[in-house]
Amino acid sequence: MLNTPCHLFLLGFGSMNSIDKAFAFQEKALALRTYRQQLISSNIANADTPHYNAVDIDFADSMKKALAGITSGLELNKTNERHLSGADTSGINGVKPLYRTVVQPSIDGNTVDNNIEQGQFAENSLNYMSTLTFINGTIQGDGYALRSN
Amino acid sequence: MSLSSIFEIAGSAMTAQSMRLNVVASNMANADSVTSSNGKAYVAKQVVFEAKPISAETPKGVSGVVVQKVIDDPAPMKLVYDPASPYADPKGYVTMPNVNVVEEMTNMISASRSYQANVEVMNTTKALIQRTIALGS
Repeated sequence: MLNTPCHLFLLGFGSMNSIDKAFAFQEKALALRTYRQQLISSNIANADTPHYNAVDIDFADSMKKALAGITSGLELNKTNERHLSGADTSGINGVKPLYRTVVQPSIDGNTVDNNIEQGQFAENSLNYMSTLTFINGTIQGDGYALRSN
Repeated sequence: MSLSSIFEIAGSAMTAQSMRLNVVASNMANADSVTSSNGKAYVAKQVVFEAKPISAETPKGVSGVVVQKVIDDPAPMKLVYDPASPYADPKGYVTMPNVNVVEEMTNMISASRSYQANVEVMNTTKALIQRTIALGS
């Protein structure tokens, strides 16, 4: 019964198959790039909000954590919905946004520097697109290997 | 948790900046309004921005902007000596709006630049999403 194509397909879903593994790295990178893009967009959006602190993530460090599989801290047992969870569920994959170092402090307590943010935004967009290109390469390469002709 | 939430972030900023631009327009238009519906001179308005997470599911640090409130400018009203005016007090002074035209002009430029920056964010995000959709083709 297991020799039908449908079952072969389902078997692959249980654990991480080789196709999953082929995409795992780029998938994690893409998720982090998306998160970073959201953070920088928030910074640009809040460029005129008093007391707003610009945030960003350390990409290399976050990527290391994502690859090591560190998601969050210890989970505490909760007997009441108002108990604190203990685990840090902020950010994604336990990645914590950090505050940017202020270059030119502003009188209203805002730490967004539009030049820096726009530069980082462009950089992150380019890196996102490179990741897409790498994924496309993997898709084409794997597709070529899968096709027998 | 995807790129499309950036549309919401940039959109909230564009709404907030256009409200600020509206307030600037109102202040500039009424820079010389000696009287209004309540019989007093126009008082300049200012918007107060507040960073706000766009939804409960958004990860930490991701926030849009809302106009928390529109306040009356606390600056003192201008007094102009014009005894011929029908609105002059017994000493001959007319209370004029506390609109600072130079401040409003810089406010206007700042608002329009911020608006443009957010439009740029939206355009880039749109291109990224299109590239993501076209993955594998």
